[in-house]
Amino acid sequence: MKKMRYINERASLALDQERCIGCGRCVTVCPHRVVALEGDKAGIVDFNGCIECGACANNCPTLAISVTPGTGCAAYIIAEWVNKLAGRKIMSGCC
Amino acid sequence: MHERAGYAICHYVTDFIETAVGPVPRVATSPTLSDRLQTMAARSGLSRDNYPVTPGLYCVGNPDRDAPVLASANFKLSFDHLRWSLAGEDGWLLVLDTRGINVWCAAGKGTFATEELVRSVRACGLEKLVGHRQLIVPQLGAPGVSGLQVKKECGFKVTFGPIRAADLPKFLAKGADEEMREATFSLGERAVLIPVELYLTIKPFFLALLPLFLLAGAGPGFFSLATALERGPVLIGATLLGIGAGAILVPLLLPLLPGRQFWIKGLITGLGSGGLYWYLLSGGVSLAEGVAILSWCTAIASYLGMNFTGTTPFTSPSGVEYEMRRGIPLQISLAMAAVVCWLLASFLGGRS
Repeated sequence: MKKMRYINERASLALDQERCIGCGRCVTVCPHRVVALEGDKAGIVDFNGCIECGACANNCPTLAISVTPGTGCAAYIIAEWVNKLAGRKIMSGCC
Repeated sequence: MHERAGYAICHYVTDFIETAVGPVPRVATSPTLSDRLQTMAARSGLSRDNYPVTPGLYCVGNPDRDAPVLASANFKLSFDHLRWSLAGEDGWLLVLDTRGINVWCAAGKGTFATEELVRSVRACGLEKLVGHRQLIVPQLGAPGVSGLQVKKECGFKVTFGPIRAADLPKFLAKGADEEMREATFSLGERAVLIPVELYLTIKPFFLALLPLFLLAGAGPGFFSLATALERGPVLIGATLLGIGAGAILVPLLLPLLPGRQFWIKGLITGLGSGGLYWYLLSGGVSLAEGVAILSWCTAIASYLGMNFTGTTPFTSPSGVEYEMRRGIPLQISLAMAAVVCWLLASFLGGRS
């Protein structure tokens, strides 16, 4: 999504091109077209478009691409904080 | 002939077809009035959290051993999107048990996942039903489904289909193109989410009514019921405007509002709505009360705007946490400033 952008320079995405075999699975699954094949290797072409959904890392056969996956949802993060403070699950976020 | 004591056949099932793995329900590919009413109830928030379909195998059209197998979640809105996009197609629908959650959220939470897909494939005897060994999985299921792992565990090869079910006919005919692989968030896609955003504020709003009423009546004589009844509506109005600014204006104006961080977007709509409210009330409130309602309205709008991050398809958890560490302290400060200013106005007089 080129029109709507989120905060820059925050994503935990990393790609080790040494390990990449150029299968293109990450390119297929990325919902924001963050990675693309450059020759016979994948490359990060839009780092700031990454939403850390984890689709690429989950489908990489050689663990070349890594990301700390999670939900970009304030309500969910607040629920996690509250549950951690309470030591038990008292909030569930919204979905 | 498929009637059984104690069971009812779902209204979207037209009939059953006999297969090697037993009768499979065939579902309609166009919405009925009942579907539309139920969709409205789910979209409004009333039944959103309890709107499942029974997981398992369904079909559309006249599928044979070569027909494609399409995986989905057992949230009825997801299931409906899938079957309504398949008018005129023949296919098998494999509905995973995601506890009634949509594909994207379930994939993030690990219920629309490799294990559940493999379990479903085995549970419905898919290898006896179809001659091929392919599964079409929604692209947004990829955070939970590892194609390699599925292949290894059950022999079926995962092909990731388009993000939007509406693109399925094109995908089935010609394969994927770049456009169907990219998430969108158009005005229409945002507007349809607003009712749930509003629904989620109903409970907090009613919980806030008593404290607001007490705040409105507080004054030199400790508490005055008459003042509470007279001034309470001003605070309730600011609360409602804050909700509207955060839960309606932020989604609608999302790409137009300046700032990348959502608490800033909410701050802007909140300042605008609160400022307009103050202007319209200008004869009826003192300076301190005006500051109080502006702060209160802005705090609510900023908080709700920040919460809209979870509804969008383009925010990252690292980014959301980053903005929460900036937005929440400001929202708390604004809310406290609102209470202090309001009490100052009440205790020191100066009401015009």
